Amino acid sequence: MNKEVAIIGGGPSGLAAATTLKRLGVERVTLIEREAQAGGIPRHCGHPPFGMREFGRVLDGPRYARRLVERADKLGVDIRCSTSVVSLQPHGVLTLSDNNGQSHLKAERVVLATGVREGSRAARFIGGDRTRGIVSTGALQSLVYLEKMRPFKRPIIIGSELVSFSALLTCQHAGIKPCAIIEQNPRITARLFALGLPFVRGVSVMTHTEVVRILGDGRVTGVVVRNLNSGKEETIDADGVIVSGRFTPESTLARMGGLMLDPASGGAAVDQYGRTSDSRIFVAGNALRPVETAGWSWREGVKIGQLLAEDLLNEPADTLPECSIMVHEPIRYVVPQRIRLPLSKNNLGDVQLRVSRPVKGKLFVKINGKMIWSRRLHSLPERRITIPIKIFSVLDGGEAIEIGLSE
Amino acid sequence: MSDPNLSWSNQHFDVVVIGGGVVGAALLRRFTLEGAKALLLEKAPDILDGASKGNSAILHTGFDAPTDSVEHWCIRQGRKEFLDIHEALGLPLVKTGALVVAWSKEEQQRLPSLLEKANANGVDDVRMLSRAEIQQREPALAPGVTGGFEVPQEYIIDPWTTPYAYLLQALCNGATVTRNSEVLEGSFDGAQWHLKTTTGQCTADVVINAAGLYGDTLEQRLIGRSAFSIRPRKGQFVVYDKAASALLSSILLPVPTETTKGIVLTRTVFGNLLVGPTAEEQDSREDWSTDSQTLEMLHATAVRMLPALADIPITATYAGVRPATEEKEYRIRALADQRYVAVGGIRSTGLSSALGIAQYVYNLYQREIGAAHKAIAEPAIPSELPQISEYGPRLWQAADNGGIVCHCELVTQADIDRALCGPLPAKTLAGLKRRTRATMGRCQGFYCTARLAALSEQHLDEPIAEHYE
Repeated sequence: MNKEVAIIGGGPSGLAAATTLKRLGVERVTLIEREAQAGGIPRHCGHPPFGMREFGRVLDGPRYARRLVERADKLGVDIRCSTSVVSLQPHGVLTLSDNNGQSHLKAERVVLATGVREGSRAARFIGGDRTRGIVSTGALQSLVYLEKMRPFKRPIIIGSELVSFSALLTCQHAGIKPCAIIEQNPRITARLFALGLPFVRGVSVMTHTEVVRILGDGRVTGVVVRNLNSGKEETIDADGVIVSGRFTPESTLARMGGLMLDPASGGAAVDQYGRTSDSRIFVAGNALRPVETAGWSWREGVKIGQLLAEDLLNEPADTLPECSIMVHEPIRYVVPQRIRLPLSKNNLGDVQLRVSRPVKGKLFVKINGKMIWSRRLHSLPERRITIPIKIFSVLDGGEAIEIGLSE
Repeated sequence: MSDPNLSWSNQHFDVVVIGGGVVGAALLRRFTLEGAKALLLEKAPDILDGASKGNSAILHTGFDAPTDSVEHWCIRQGRKEFLDIHEALGLPLVKTGALVVAWSKEEQQRLPSLLEKANANGVDDVRMLSRAEIQQREPALAPGVTGGFEVPQEYIIDPWTTPYAYLLQALCNGATVTRNSEVLEGSFDGAQWHLKTTTGQCTADVVINAAGLYGDTLEQRLIGRSAFSIRPRKGQFVVYDKAASALLSSILLPVPTETTKGIVLTRTVFGNLLVGPTAEEQDSREDWSTDSQTLEMLHATAVRMLPALADIPITATYAGVRPATEEKEYRIRALADQRYVAVGGIRSTGLSSALGIAQYVYNLYQREIGAAHKAIAEPAIPSELPQISEYGPRLWQAADNGGIVCHCELVTQADIDRALCGPLPAKTLAGLKRRTRATMGRCQGFYCTARLAALSEQHLDEPIAEHYE
């Protein structure tokens, strides 16, 4: 098949999609990576576990990333590093920038595999002084693992998601000693066993606590926190702040390119094939939603690769009937956001969803008000919850799909 | 061209300007172009580190300035000069126009008098608009708007590159700029000034106080008393991601009150949209902090005016502190017998009026102090200015840019090299950000901090991070 597919982003999902496309005989697969090396976020996660799904063994992030890249390379994926996609135009035209300046690329299909970023201090409206020494986990990890540099010695960590503990590991690697983990919710977001991990010792975990303001004079000197139970404020001395988690898909290209976005997931709205409102453009991995493991993203990339290889046999079709999935609290988001008919067997496999608070009850799917599927659900925020897509085979088109939770 | 590190100390200058904000920058440029040997002293490690670092980046017409005030004259003249020189200097200008918009009956009733004032201020192209006309121009605006008028010549400019260019032009025409130089002592001996700073000393015929937030304390230090006192007024801002700029074409000005121009919604030349400022009186000149309640209030206000903003990422928040005084008028005066000029109380309009202030002060200098120089016949134009406007050519589009470092703001290695190695190089991370916009986008350094730390390591006074073993 001599049609060009462009993949934007060389993390696990982008590399998986590219590799799969090549395996399935698509001749021209170009992967565009803005960093000097492909591999994505795992490149600067200098710790295990990565690679069980993909290689059947436990690797650390950089080794895992290297193996994904080698495999894509061997299969003949054209990996263009140090190249940024600046904008997305209709009909698969991309504006690129690299050391040679601006250029364009036209592709038959495009995969957005641009990943996620953490919610910044500004986006969270954390007040206080504007000072050096406030970084995201991503920035900290690339400083430590790629540059062998550290921005502080005794920071506090805001957030208690899985990534916050990853930040803690990174600190340990660089001889940084965090003094506290601050979590707004009554309990930590990561699985509780995380608290028992040896590297957490000596770090005070303050739940139900919010950051009131960051103090600093050129650089961070402390953080004022407030206990949400007692209302009491205290100042913690620190020389830095790690603002961790609250991931959001990196959807700028989709947004500026006029694709339909889903404000709930933060990603482009897709159907069960990962296809956006522009039928030439697909999404894979964490660009779909915040946030999944590298292994899950890789699996999605493989799927999208398979679906695309099939889709390339046809002209891009816009006019198929589709049904949108409606959700409401406490369901935070659902991916895919719509089911396009006809429902082929080969699809993303699951509807993924997340809840916004701890829940206990019955998860249900209604079509035109009639319950067609349900199961018991006991879950927490940031936990993966899935519903098999095959239950939607009863759709004829035009129905209202509702996913809800009765508690 | 003068090397800022070269010893300026122990030299004599015609004029010493104290303060490296937008006003000081414009003054240094004006006096240099008029032929004076001029020095600018800045106490911070980098320029534009005070009141000039946080404003709304609008080139005002002066339509609502106090009629016949010095401020009004300076805005008019400053704006005129800016429009004359911005192309030659390569400074961005986006001709957005502004809408003064009323959201209530009370505000609607105040519109005619504002319109009248605009006419009295010589801004005669203002025009009343109906609710329907406003909605047609700004379809994303919330339905609650009751009416308003347009001010076609309110524009947006680059708040950092603009004063930076004034300084660079002064430099390439023979001026000297020195940073980290706080004036510790100054005295006039009847013939000349003797200034002692943290990095050296010099003599001067005339001293100009453009110390912004510290104008009154500097005046106290120099002449033993101060004719004005600074009443710091903080303004917080929220910046939205680039997708937001498609939601608004004009600058959206509220109906102003006696004390403040109110909360503005405007595009920026960097392709964002910003809302702010608040007007919070405070004692501290050094409190640039934001607070979450105010930021949330600003966000809510913005969403009320432009509902689609609710779904657009917030990229940055910041606060500026304006050097207001006990009076609304600018506090500009010359003391001829002491060869001293104070330029104080330049509040929100400083970016628009700076070039006008510089003309005004130069006129004062000639008239009151009786000094004369031979103007430079053909002033040199600085090269390699930052190219960071979203509405102009960018280095990422050109060959040999070294690749993009900050992906959100499309800042290349060439942009960063320029900022770190130019004639007035960045010495702090904040200075580097202002010259390039690196880390100022939606990810706030998630991706580029590490690379930036490595690239800037040898250049900044206070590095972003340090190596460890």
